[in-house]
Amino acid sequence: MYRSIIAIAALGIVSLATTQAEAALNVFTCEPEWAALTTVLGGSDVDVFTATTALQDPHQIQARPALISRLRNADIVVCTGAELEVGWMPVLLRQSSNAKVQPGAPGYFEASQQVTLLEKPERLDRADGDVHPAGNPHLQTDPRNMRIIAQALAKRLAVVDPAHADGYAQREQAFDARLGQTIEQLQTQAASLKGVKFVSYHKSWIYLANWLGMIEAANIEPKPGVPPGSAYIADLLGRIPALQARMIVYAAYEDPKPSQFIADKSGLPAVMLPFTVGGTDGAKDIISFYEDTVKRLLAAAGGKGG
Amino acid sequence: MAISVHTQRLAATSLLVALPLMFNSPAKADDLADVRKDMQAMQRQYQASLQKIQTDYEAKIKAMEKRLEAAESKTAIATTKADDAQKAVAVVQAAPAPVVQTAAASQDTGNVQANAGAFNPAIGVVLDGKAMASGRNPNNYRIRGFALGDQAKPPPRGPSIGESEINLQANVDQALFANLTVAFENDNSVSIEEAFIQPTALPWGLTAKVGRFFSGIGYMNEQHAHTWDFADAPLPYMAFLNGQYGDDGVQMRWLAPTNRFLEFGVEALRGASFPANGISEALASNHNGGAGAWSAFVHTGDDIGDSASYSTGLSYLGTRSSNRATNPVGGTAGSDQFSGSDHTLIADAIYKWAPNGNFAQTYLKLQSEFFVRKESGSFTSLNFPGATGTATTKPFNGGLQTGFYAQAVYQFIPFWRAGIRYDQVHAPSLGSTFAGTTLDSQNSTPSRYSAMIDYTTSEFGRFRLQYNRDQARTASDNQFILQYTVSIGAHGAHQY
Repeated sequence: MYRSIIAIAALGIVSLATTQAEAALNVFTCEPEWAALTTVLGGSDVDVFTATTALQDPHQIQARPALISRLRNADIVVCTGAELEVGWMPVLLRQSSNAKVQPGAPGYFEASQQVTLLEKPERLDRADGDVHPAGNPHLQTDPRNMRIIAQALAKRLAVVDPAHADGYAQREQAFDARLGQTIEQLQTQAASLKGVKFVSYHKSWIYLANWLGMIEAANIEPKPGVPPGSAYIADLLGRIPALQARMIVYAAYEDPKPSQFIADKSGLPAVMLPFTVGGTDGAKDIISFYEDTVKRLLAAAGGKGG
Repeated sequence: MAISVHTQRLAATSLLVALPLMFNSPAKADDLADVRKDMQAMQRQYQASLQKIQTDYEAKIKAMEKRLEAAESKTAIATTKADDAQKAVAVVQAAPAPVVQTAAASQDTGNVQANAGAFNPAIGVVLDGKAMASGRNPNNYRIRGFALGDQAKPPPRGPSIGESEINLQANVDQALFANLTVAFENDNSVSIEEAFIQPTALPWGLTAKVGRFFSGIGYMNEQHAHTWDFADAPLPYMAFLNGQYGDDGVQMRWLAPTNRFLEFGVEALRGASFPANGISEALASNHNGGAGAWSAFVHTGDDIGDSASYSTGLSYLGTRSSNRATNPVGGTAGSDQFSGSDHTLIADAIYKWAPNGNFAQTYLKLQSEFFVRKESGSFTSLNFPGATGTATTKPFNGGLQTGFYAQAVYQFIPFWRAGIRYDQVHAPSLGSTFAGTTLDSQNSTPSRYSAMIDYTTSEFGRFRLQYNRDQARTASDNQFILQYTVSIGAHGAHQY
């Protein structure tokens, strides 16, 4: 009796489930920037799924059932790596039963493996907060990194999907030219940001700062991943005049309240940056993501006598 | 110094090798003194040249160290320069096709070669402690109408360390993964909670587990107890599964190739745990060591927009028992015995919601599981009416026993969560035949109300305060549980 109940239930669920079998390469991306990049490089040859949105903290993602099934059907995984996804990707990969996309396979691509990571911690101790042993993983905020990763990803897509290798290579060249131009333009525009100091909520902007020559003077989080207490905020407010910071920077997915509070008390402008594609209305794709970021920084710096 | 000792030995050895050669040479071999002189000269020369090589090397190493230091500080500075990107592009372009291998190798070689423990498994340790205050003695715990296994009771009164757990896991090779979880109990006994291997390269979405593991039935069953949202198991888990069902055997799962999550699983198990009792041995003559328990389950789930997701499933567990001994409250230990079969059906549903799907700030988790069980066979007791004190065996058909729990947990600000839970079980009345035995439900529906609040110091540390209004026994009981759970070492997995 029980066996027949199970069989009937199982059949019902199967008929509910939608079966999909596209010819395009199934790409599972961990963050929206990699979805945008893969879409640019893959065009109609790829079918891209994003595990997270720009409004979600990529450190804290649930290992949702939908992610397991998307991984199971993926031909290639494109993630940041450097332990950004350590809380959820290993579980998903294990449950996905998909040998094609396990670490070490050609179908597993980590952006952090392609570029030099900054802020590699000198000591590893969880007393220091949410530390990433390989270095700071928020590498997408520097377009020069994006250029290198685009090249590596196009090659990888060609390895996984040799039939469309020419397409990947051509689109990569076109994208590289456009991004190269954008970088030059933005660098000229952002020349006045050089040396500008800022306070940020999380250590998310080191690569952006590096690119534009800006200086991260302090973080609102006392340690990465640790929310500030009132005593720490008071202490930070006391230090801000001496830091000579010109703005407070926070990401679209972060709670704006602590940053706004510090901004109100210190009189500095608080600027929300997209952090990834889709974080703001202006950040529609990779190129406009960088354009919007620079625009917002310039506006904040200009508003405060810059 | 090790190096100079080594040098002298080297010189001596080479001299020994050189000696017979020299004696064999026809010229200048007559005068022993000459030979000795030559030898000494050669030795000096040899040592001098060795020393030169040594100092040369030392100088070279120092120079290399300096260059390395310079290069390191340069990379730190150079990354600020615009042309660095181009340089890196050139490096990547120069590298042959499989980019990941070359990049990974160049980054890690140093560490890998220096570290002999590089292949050690990932080690994770969980420490769990509780303090409990209750109006009634947890050792006299019972759920009216149910014969309970040894784990089905509240935590002990007073402070106690719960289960401390050590987990080791690693890939065995290209084909296998292995996992071991050892639990150290409060009474200093050690038990193997999980010990399984798992093939990693099966095709068609298939995966398997072989060894000891928590069964995939239900929702909470497969998760380690320290990851649960309350400090104790819900009443149906206690009554029907003795807290949690883990067993030795084989599990096979198939993940359907759909975008909606859809998974089927079957397990053939030893039947070593309650509600079974190791039938492979107990009924060896009948079953020739076959499986004493088997299960089947199906789980499905999906996203509902960006903000929400759900998971639901249906599971079956079938077990057989032969003289399964349980303890009647206040009676002789092990004097209650059951022989027969258990068919347990579990339906589960989980729903999670966070604004924009961002779980960092606030989120809501709703969870419920519904149990139905049919237990039938024969029951032996000292407490049958009219036969008090003598073991009597009577046929037993428990009817449809039911139970469920429903709980809601809400993270109201980062690091702080609050939750409420209601759970109940029910065993149909068995009439006057079973009056006074453990199985006499006294026409009751044992139930419990719980509330908890927890604070996490990070994803690795948590403190929890829980209150239970427990009505499983005839008189209700107020229980306060304070719990801490920390995990150190390898980053733990967070299942859905």
